[in-house]
Amino acid sequence: MVEDVSSRILNSSAISPKAEVRNLDFYYGGTVHALKNINMMVPEHKVTALIGPSGCGKTTLLRCFNRMHDLYSGNRYGGEVLLDDINILDKKVDPIEVRMRISMVFQRPNPFPKSIFENVAYGLRVQGLTKRSAVDEKVEQALKGSALWDEVKDRLNDSAYTLSGGQQQRLCIARAIATNPDIVLFDEPTSALDPIATASIEDLVNELKQQVTILIVTHSMQQAARLSDYTAFMYLGELLEFNQTTILFNQPAHKRTQDYVSGRFG
Amino acid sequence: MSTTADPRQPNRAEQFTKNKQSRELRERAIEFVLFLAGFSSVAATLAIMEILISESVQFFQKVSIVEFFTSKDWSPLFEPPGYGILPLVSGTLTTSIVALVVAVPMGLIAAVYLSEFAGAKLRETVKPILELLAAIPTVVYGYFALLLVTPILQWLYSFIGPTLSNLLPNIFPVELSGFNMLGPGIVMGLMITPTISSISEDAMRAVPSNLREGSYATGATKLQTALNVVLPAAISGIMAAIILGISRAVGETMIVAIAAGLQPNFTFNPMDSAATMTAFIVQVSLGDLPHGTLEYQSIFAVGLLLVLITLVFNVIGYFLTKRFRESY
Repeated sequence: MVEDVSSRILNSSAISPKAEVRNLDFYYGGTVHALKNINMMVPEHKVTALIGPSGCGKTTLLRCFNRMHDLYSGNRYGGEVLLDDINILDKKVDPIEVRMRISMVFQRPNPFPKSIFENVAYGLRVQGLTKRSAVDEKVEQALKGSALWDEVKDRLNDSAYTLSGGQQQRLCIARAIATNPDIVLFDEPTSALDPIATASIEDLVNELKQQVTILIVTHSMQQAARLSDYTAFMYLGELLEFNQTTILFNQPAHKRTQDYVSGRFG
Repeated sequence: MSTTADPRQPNRAEQFTKNKQSRELRERAIEFVLFLAGFSSVAATLAIMEILISESVQFFQKVSIVEFFTSKDWSPLFEPPGYGILPLVSGTLTTSIVALVVAVPMGLIAAVYLSEFAGAKLRETVKPILELLAAIPTVVYGYFALLLVTPILQWLYSFIGPTLSNLLPNIFPVELSGFNMLGPGIVMGLMITPTISSISEDAMRAVPSNLREGSYATGATKLQTALNVVLPAAISGIMAAIILGISRAVGETMIVAIAAGLQPNFTFNPMDSAATMTAFIVQVSLGDLPHGTLEYQSIFAVGLLLVLITLVFNVIGYFLTKRFRESY
């Protein structure tokens, strides 16, 4: 059997990366070595999925991109995450600036105890936008972008908690895209949702990649296969394989990857 | 190896039934003891209400309710006696408002700091010390107000008093008197600050961390997160804390009895001396009033109104808490 080995190798020169991870190490509380020498790219205007068994470090890696780990003391980074050639892990870089350019959607919908409108406007206001008409326009844009506008346009002043779980998650997506970020991070965004709400979020992710670069953690291999253009397979804190999704799923280079994507463990 | 069976194997039906009766009896006894313990507080409340109401009824047979609620003269111990509650109500409200003006901002600022900014170690040290303030006997606070805070206020006031009294002689006295409502009000505020900060801090720390992270993820600072997300999310607990603070201020006795002057005085000016409802009760009950006299019954009428006022605040608090409860 002749195997086309060359097709397995990622043609990195064909990628225009929005962000690049170089020799990234991460330590929880200064001692637990949670990420070991990660190297990967986040191609621009593509969906990149991080998959792997529980505890492999995929969420830890995702949270390095917006320096969420800075919120808790004792965490330490090594190596680099480059965004437009700037190492955003550098101590001199302000994590708040990073978070303004790389926004995030969480595992469980986490709208604020405010109105629907104010939830979407939150990031805009935090970033200093005060002009009423500009805020209105961006909120409308974001809600349309997250396919929620038609459902909420008549009740923008209602509490966000009146929405269903799937709507709340789309509201959180609207909040994340309202500020026109470079990258949106998704941390298992559908794990708390039913299949129908999951499908609408997946459609949305597909739409959104026209405008932004997307990095998504998912525990569902089917979701990664459906949604992503590139996939990184992680195992025990290491990145075992990174490639185009079709190649990674159909011709994985590693035995472990093969076992995982075929459902033999995980 | 012995294979001897037990001398008597109870049959199966016996096994299922033999303990039932004695256990049910035991449990009923325990249930009754628990009920008594729970009921004792209800019984005490009912007994207090009974005394307050029965004595007040006798009081209102001799004094008209209209006079009680509209007259601005409270002088039950003088001739001719006056039974208008308004001076006591104004004293209670004024000292309570001064206390809240001090305690709500200070308590909330302390709570925001402790829950969102201070490290775990600092919080664990500071919080018990702050709560210790609530354990100081109020009589100590009273003398603290009379002998330290009021003199300091008098000294500070001496710089602005003469000018202000020239401009608005009706409101501002030339100098602050030794008995006034400002000093005890401020001290009362200090006293309830730990109550407000402690309960508010608990409420704020109970806000789930995914709300905080959601805020940080948009690029918000710590202060923006604390004020725009954590505070609104914890609002029902904060309301409860403030209501509890109001109830304590309205019911506080010793501080105002010692430092506010015991003079029924219909005024909302905190620089005047005045008596509060609680202060009147303690003042009159210290003397030897014969049972059954009108003066004696006036204590209960005032007490009943005090209970009703605190009840109203508690009910408002209950509805506010329900109204603002968010299911995050």
